[in-house]
Amino acid sequence: MSEILLDFDNVTMQFGGVTALSEVSLQITRGEILGLIGPNGAGKTTCFNVITGVYSPTTGDVRFEGRSITGMKRHHITKQGIARTFQNIRLFSQMTALENVMVGADSRKRSSVGGAILRTSRQRREETEARERAMELLTFMGIADRANNAARNLPYGYQRRLEIARALATEPQLLCLDEPAAGFNPAEKQELNELILKIRGQGYTVLLIEHDMNVVMKVSDRVAVLDFGRKIADGPPEQVRNNPDVIAAYLGVDDNAS
Amino acid sequence: MNQVRSLLAALRNLGDTFGEAFDRMNKWQKYSFYGILVIALYLAPFWPDVPVLGQIVDTPGTQFSTVLNDQVIIFVLVALGLNVVVGLAGLLDLGYVGFYAVGAYVTASLTSEHANLPWLLSLPVAVVVSMLFGVILGAPTLRLRGDYLAIVTLGFGEIIRLTAKNMEWLGASRGISNIKKPPSVLGLKFGVIDPKPYYYLGLTLVLIVVFVLHRLEYSRVGRSWVAIREDEDAAELMGVDTFKFKLWAFTIGAAVGGLAGVHYAGKVGFINPDNFPLTLSILFLAAVVLGGSGNMYGAILGAVMVAYIPERLRNFADKRVFVFGVVLVLMMVFRPEGILPKRVGDEHKKRRNKTTNAEVAQ
Repeated sequence: MSEILLDFDNVTMQFGGVTALSEVSLQITRGEILGLIGPNGAGKTTCFNVITGVYSPTTGDVRFEGRSITGMKRHHITKQGIARTFQNIRLFSQMTALENVMVGADSRKRSSVGGAILRTSRQRREETEARERAMELLTFMGIADRANNAARNLPYGYQRRLEIARALATEPQLLCLDEPAAGFNPAEKQELNELILKIRGQGYTVLLIEHDMNVVMKVSDRVAVLDFGRKIADGPPEQVRNNPDVIAAYLGVDDNAS
Repeated sequence: MNQVRSLLAALRNLGDTFGEAFDRMNKWQKYSFYGILVIALYLAPFWPDVPVLGQIVDTPGTQFSTVLNDQVIIFVLVALGLNVVVGLAGLLDLGYVGFYAVGAYVTASLTSEHANLPWLLSLPVAVVVSMLFGVILGAPTLRLRGDYLAIVTLGFGEIIRLTAKNMEWLGASRGISNIKKPPSVLGLKFGVIDPKPYYYLGLTLVLIVVFVLHRLEYSRVGRSWVAIREDEDAAELMGVDTFKFKLWAFTIGAAVGGLAGVHYAGKVGFINPDNFPLTLSILFLAAVVLGGSGNMYGAILGAVMVAYIPERLRNFADKRVFVFGVVLVLMMVFRPEGILPKRVGDEHKKRRNKTTNAEVAQ
């Protein structure tokens, strides 16, 4: 079980003079939950954006299942098996919850304009499959009761979970969650923890960005810490929690002491 | 202000009541409803002969069925096509008249200026050529977004018109005449005097287009379009091949626009570049936005209004454009989403429940 699913190899990401990521290397093993933490502006979301192809790294390479995905088109990367959610919710607000998830499921379908006009048997089959799969995922996430509501009318917690359902519908191997617990109260966070563990139980590998230390430490098998675009720690939660560099990054260091 | 608002609310409730009654109907009731509607539409040229209704709908100065075909049908066809581009995929196209012109010019060239093909044969060729123009315009420009795309498409519409105006091969500014008429079938004679056969043909084209677009809208293709409109980046990250589906939206929109042009050329028999001015693009867009961008039936309603109201108000000839402008401004203030916006899921039911609850609470 120690197959490397995603190899984030020595990636540097510069925007003009700003270096958002500096020679960051990160390996994700199949089946694990890797927590990615760091103070604001540490480069966590940039990391996600490089993995999912939003940015092309200045130097370095990202390999997924041994194949380089650097410079690949974003929708191709999704089809390789990487899905993500967004820190600030980005649902298709004028579509129903069900349709949102179906868009994700559609990424695995092939029928297009011709099939839709002629209603070929393949198109009808794919349509039913997508609808059923979407309904299954809504049920799995516990939001099936609002399947026919417009996404913009859903309560906040539902929207967060709908994002995860939509990402899962693309049949990913690696699921990247960008602060899924943002804005949740402790009870909701607890629920989310259980949900993430359940998702992993289904065979997905999870990369989790989270601010809340409690969530990360409880759920993750391994935690990596970014600070100012550099990886400063990587290891089991307990070890990372006691790492002096991590404590310094989060709490700051006394200039006189160093 | 309040009166206008309550009037609009009343209209909306009426629409909801109708919609719910429609939802409750069984399959056969729905089919018979559609059947009656289609028959009523085919009988539209005779509406002015019906008492009361006739006095309301008849257009002064112009024969009613001429208005139906030359204005209403053309606008409905174009609005249907433009709704795919603007309403579903969210790509602002200000040069849509270009595709309309391409369709008309291909038919004109093939049936009169350069060849002697029958009208019916020119139709598929014109639609395919329009689609090609959709690809030619779309492939390099669909990387642009929003305002930038609008400017490029605006230029496209003008390029088509100016090319036609300056190319001797396309008849330059004198245009092309003697365009062939559609073939006479089923006892319909497509002549010069009676506009009714053209209306029947046009209505048939509209129904076919509605059928095809309905199938597209409720499929993977339609979902991809709406996802792109809502959030292009998120759509792409969810595996939607955004470029491909945007290009399809442009191509299908172009095909329908071209089809409208073919129908127009077949009716008037003579076209010149001045038939395709920029203002027409703006009016097409106004039709879609007024009716309800993103809802096919809204776009049809908008097209009927934009095409019909100025003709109905012909008695106020000088002021009709002004009145039309005022109507548009009022719409944008009170109902920016259009007269008939798309209902998403079952939210209209929720709204009804909310109003009922509020009434109970009082």
